[in-house]
Formats: sequence, structure tokens, C-alpha cells
Amino acid sequence: MTKCNKLNVLGETCPVPLVETRKAVRKSSPGDIIEVVGNHPESKEEIPMAVEELGLELLDIEDDGEQWKIKIKIPEDD
Amino acid sequence: MEKGDKATLIVHSGEFDKVYSALIIGTGALSMGMDVSMYFTFWGLERLKKNELDKGPLSRMNFLGLGKWFMKRKLKKKNVREMDELIKDFHELGGKILACDMTMDIMGVDKEDLREEVITDYCAVGTYIKEAKESDVTLFI
Repeated sequence: MTKCNKLNVLGETCPVPLVETRKAVRKSSPGDIIEVVGNHPESKEEIPMAVEELGLELLDIEDDGEQWKIKIKIPEDD
Repeated sequence: MEKGDKATLIVHSGEFDKVYSALIIGTGALSMGMDVSMYFTFWGLERLKKNELDKGPLSRMNFLGLGKWFMKRKLKKKNVREMDELIKDFHELGGKILACDMTMDIMGVDKEDLREEVITDYCAVGTYIKEAKESDVTLFI
């Protein structure tokens, strides 16, 4: 069953948002969605880089100036 | 494995800031999907002893420990994850920690002196070279 895992890294700095995102990806199953919320500026750029490197799907990036939200999908098994 | 998927780091230094950098780079590379091996040798190996990970001096401006005290305070204020947490993250994300056999021998370090729970293996230079040959990122810290 598809799950939406929420990850809060507000107030965290390098390398924690990236590391916690990776941990969440490792614990997820194909089809799951991970929603990462944070406010470390560089991580907003770097998490999408990791998403690409890991062969995941980047669904959405929102930024209201105070915090950002990145939605990632774990690809379904072929 | 495709080239570019592996990073190999030698942690030769035991200074606080250098070991910190090594752990941040190591966990960062794992987070980006790479396989990572960290080889602890010479002064770096000292930091793998029980309760010694963050005990090194600063590489510059240590001022008999005052500089380090100030740096630790700044790190805490900026909410930077502690070294001990980072080494656990590194381990949890599947990073390999290798202890140099020869350093253990010359410095009289036994396995029981080290944090065996985070050490993957004990090895010599040949293992490092073999891994380094397969790596796109190799660092000597």
C-alpha cells in the first residue's frame, strides 16, 4: 500500500536534511511518497540533486520564503 | 557498479575539525547514493577509540583548547549534528569504517580499545588501493 511519509527537518543544518532524507528513502517502499519540510537553504537545492542521483521521482518543490517542502516518490517496481 | 558511485576517504588526521569534515563528507556521499569507505589510520585511528571521537584538538587556533571550546559552542548554537550522531548515521546508511591494522600494531591499540560496533573491518593498504581504484572520489584527510 502506498504511504506518505512526512519528514520534518526544520532548524536542521548540513548534512542533516540530506542524511534524514536518505534514511527515509531507505525505509520506504516502491510507490511511497516522502514529504520533506525544512528551512536550510542549500538543502532545498541538494535534496533534488540526491533525488536525481538515487533515481527517484521529484514530484514538487514549494517555498514560501520561510520554509520549503519537497515531495519525492519512490518509483514503482517494474 | 558504475564509476562515480563510490567514495573512499582516508582519515589520517585526528584533529576535531578534520574528523568532523570527514564524517560530514562521508554521510553526505552516502546520502547522495554513493558507497563510502572511510579508512582510519595514524592519528585518525585514535579517534576510533572508545569515547575519543570528538577529543582531538582544532587543527588551527586551538589555543590550548580554548579555540576548540569556542568552536564547539558555535556548532551547538548553530544546531550542527554532533560527531557521535554522525558516525551512527554513517553506519546506519551502510558506510564502511575500516581500521588500519598496522597503526594498531605500532601504537599498541587492541580491538577492545576501539568502537567495534561501528568498525566494519580491519585491513591494510592493499584493501584501500583496491577500493580507491574503483572510486571516483578519493580524499586524504
